[in-house]
Amino acid sequence: MTDTPVLSVRNLVVEIQTRHAVLRPVDNVSFDIARGEILGVVGESGAGKSMTGNAVIGLLDRPAQIVSGEVYLNGRRIDTLSPSDMRKIRGTGIGMVFQDPLTSLNPLLTVGEQLIETMREHLPISQSEARERAVKALEEVGIPGARERIDSYPHAFSGGMRQRVVIALALCAEPSLVIADEPTTALDVSVQAQIITLLRRLCRDRGTAVMLVTHDMGVIAETADKVAVMYAGRTAELGPVREVLTRPRHPYTEGLMGSAPLASLGQTRLRQIPGNMPRLGALPQGCAFHPRCNRAQTACRRDLGPTLAADEGRAACWFPVGATETAKDIA
Amino acid sequence: MVETTPPPAATRARMSRFTSAWQSDFAWKFRRSPVAIVSFLVLMTLVLGAVFAPLVAPYDPFDPGSLNLMNGFTPPMEPNMFSGEVFWLGTDDQGRDVFSTILFGMRISLFVGFAAVLFAMLLGVTLGLLAGYLGGWTETIIMRAADVQLTFPAILVAMLIFGIAKGITPVEYRDQMAIWVLIIAIGLSDWVQFARVVRGATLVEKNKEYVQAARLIGRSKGAIMLRHILPNVMSPVLVIATISLALAIIAEATLSFLGVGAPPTQPSLGTLIRIGQGFLFSGEWWILFFPAVTLLMLALSVNLLGDWLRDALNPRLK
Amino acid sequence: MIAFILRRVFQSVLVLLIVGLVAFAMFSFVGDPVENMLGQERTQADVDRLREQMGLDQPIVVQYWTFLGNAFQGNFGLSYRQGREVSQIIAERLPATLELAFVSGVFAMLFGIGFGVFTAIRRNGIGSNVIMTLSLVGVSLPTFLIGILLIWVFSVELDMLPSFGRGDTVDLGWWTTGFLTQSGLKALILPSITLGLYQMTLIMRLVRSEMLEVLRQDYIRFARARGLREKSVNFRHALKNTLVPVITVTGLQLGSIIAFAIITETVFQWPGVGLLFINAIQFVDIPVMAAYLMLISVMFVGINLIVDLLYFAIDPRLRVDGTKGH
Repeated sequence: MTDTPVLSVRNLVVEIQTRHAVLRPVDNVSFDIARGEILGVVGESGAGKSMTGNAVIGLLDRPAQIVSGEVYLNGRRIDTLSPSDMRKIRGTGIGMVFQDPLTSLNPLLTVGEQLIETMREHLPISQSEARERAVKALEEVGIPGARERIDSYPHAFSGGMRQRVVIALALCAEPSLVIADEPTTALDVSVQAQIITLLRRLCRDRGTAVMLVTHDMGVIAETADKVAVMYAGRTAELGPVREVLTRPRHPYTEGLMGSAPLASLGQTRLRQIPGNMPRLGALPQGCAFHPRCNRAQTACRRDLGPTLAADEGRAACWFPVGATETAKDIA
Repeated sequence: MVETTPPPAATRARMSRFTSAWQSDFAWKFRRSPVAIVSFLVLMTLVLGAVFAPLVAPYDPFDPGSLNLMNGFTPPMEPNMFSGEVFWLGTDDQGRDVFSTILFGMRISLFVGFAAVLFAMLLGVTLGLLAGYLGGWTETIIMRAADVQLTFPAILVAMLIFGIAKGITPVEYRDQMAIWVLIIAIGLSDWVQFARVVRGATLVEKNKEYVQAARLIGRSKGAIMLRHILPNVMSPVLVIATISLALAIIAEATLSFLGVGAPPTQPSLGTLIRIGQGFLFSGEWWILFFPAVTLLMLALSVNLLGDWLRDALNPRLK
Repeated sequence: MIAFILRRVFQSVLVLLIVGLVAFAMFSFVGDPVENMLGQERTQADVDRLREQMGLDQPIVVQYWTFLGNAFQGNFGLSYRQGREVSQIIAERLPATLELAFVSGVFAMLFGIGFGVFTAIRRNGIGSNVIMTLSLVGVSLPTFLIGILLIWVFSVELDMLPSFGRGDTVDLGWWTTGFLTQSGLKALILPSITLGLYQMTLIMRLVRSEMLEVLRQDYIRFARARGLREKSVNFRHALKNTLVPVITVTGLQLGSIIAFAIITETVFQWPGVGLLFINAIQFVDIPVMAAYLMLISVMFVGINLIVDLLYFAIDPRLRVDGTKGH
């Protein structure tokens, strides 16, 4: 591929200074997303997936901050931009969809007002043209009677409809990348599939890159092209969806998928792996997963797993599943 | 300064009660807050000064025999023109030593404040218990009355009650009765919040098993309310009481300042300030200044302490 | 929605009736109005005649009804102290209080909302900390002490502003105003700051805490994620949502400004209804006390009602339909 990837993340590190220690919710994460590609970022709560998304769009809450690494949007470096320059990118370079549609929309402004203000902030169009586009945007996300409902307040919509509005808002300023942070978690099961399909179709049609953050493997299986599995702030495994899910290389991913390779994917839920993901302040020495890993060896207890680069290798493990040789000599 | 966390309960059990109280969570928070410590010390000094006024004050300002009009209008720390005596904070128009009047005035301020809150608490808790436990018409009447009274600011209610009581009392007794009327007026203006909280808590406790058990044994309603429910609803009451105290002291000062409170024959800090205001322009600034500063310190320390107390006891902030 | 309005109106009327009962009880049982009015030299015939004239020989319930009827028309009889019509005395002094209350209210709202927004947006700056500390002091100090302090600084020491009275006022028929003269305006400054300070600190703290809460909400994050400017986020999104609960509380406070005017008017000898009420209490002038009570009740109840309805109008979530009218 000769196109520059839409999003390039290289060795991104985010740290939080607390009174007692320095925590690393994002530890040397790297990946690329190409035009029209959907990257699923999956992991348990606290694995660092949302933090990564926030870091990319520049909305990290104090005291968290990026301490090293680079983020490129369409080849341009964005993690070092000034706050006002970064603000200009948000919305029109990168769009974001949050988890809870109920609280994402300002209850005192109409849906139309929120769409129009976003568009006019980034695009040089008039009020009436913005209104026309807003109606079209609502129609595209499947809101019936868009022309009338544009003047409705958020509370007049159902949960699924509201999330459609949120998607419309995220896309209305025509961003190259959309970060969707658990977009379906707060929705009814029946509605989840619709929203995910909608998101995928809209992004494919426009060639928008998508970073889809979720803990739901089923969503990844159906929607994503690539997947990054995160554990305790690091990428455990990174690769094409089909491959990672049918032939997982990292023991953690294997645990997630069940013990045997699956013939078909369908609705997979997380299986119980014994123990819990360690809290950031209490990481074990060596590989973060080794206490729960049935393949752990001395090297695992001593050294952190290898760091995955964006395009090479697959699993951050000394002894990946199915490998005939070890990645490192046993000490 | 080394930060220590309080020792576990088991260790505490072995220590003396004082030591364990000193090291409890609550005391630990207190020791960490400079605001709380300073306010507490200031408040204690003032309270002790008031309580021991007869012993501490150099003069008795209300003994007509010891007053000498010639001593009047002496500035602080300057020898008096006629008798050569030095008064720390000066004297007022009647020759009274300002320092002494402040001490005795604080006595009245604090007495009225405490008594009023006590009265409000007794009345409010009783009515709250009755309303919560008995329900029906009792509850409706009490709560409606509370609602009506709440439409108006407490100070207005207190003024009104004072005015009505004054109208009922014969003229000769008005000065003497003023303090008691003041206590009743402020207390009556404040009972509502106690009643509401206690009623709410009673409604909750009413349905619990220990109450039903007592009913089955055949305990009378009064006994159940008093010995079973009451102890369990008291904790929020105490928090409200502390805040009420601050408000009561300020209410008393305000009413006395307005002339519908402690009379000049038994002046509280508010009355003293009222008297002092008359001399503001004629140069005898100390008659106003010292009582005002004292009231300021009293009000600030009680408020800051009350604020801190409320935060410290708030389970949500833990 | 109609049911809601009717219910509130009914509650308001009930409160007024109860207050009326209290006022009436004052008349009947506190002192003897006839004695108060006639003074020392009176004959039994005078007493009887006046009693009949005032309707004091009728059964209690009838008296109560007559009293309410009179009250409704604003007739409270003659003041014990001044011998004039109570309604007239009140009418004369009301403009003074209302002007004072109005100016304090404006002062409290402007500075309260202004400081509140400032300390919320710049939470940790020095300015914020200073303002918050001063506000703590402002809430703890009794109003009259603040008034005296201001008099001390600005009248005694600096001799810049007057320490009592309204200054020169202009008579506009049924209203006297201090707005049109320089001395009138000067006289308004210290009293309105005194009266408004407590309200201002309350409003400020409320606005600040509400706004901090709002700024933590998801829709604010989402607004930032869409690249909207900080100014737009703070004022268009956050402030609007902050003001909704603030208005209710502020509205209820405006009622108590009128009551607290009593204290300020006493400190500054401001010739309003508050000072009138205090003098009435000291003199046990029942008709004036009763009239003031009814007046205040009507104001409080009325303000509460208006605020409730206003809240309804502003927050679209409370309306039945979800659309904005064109």
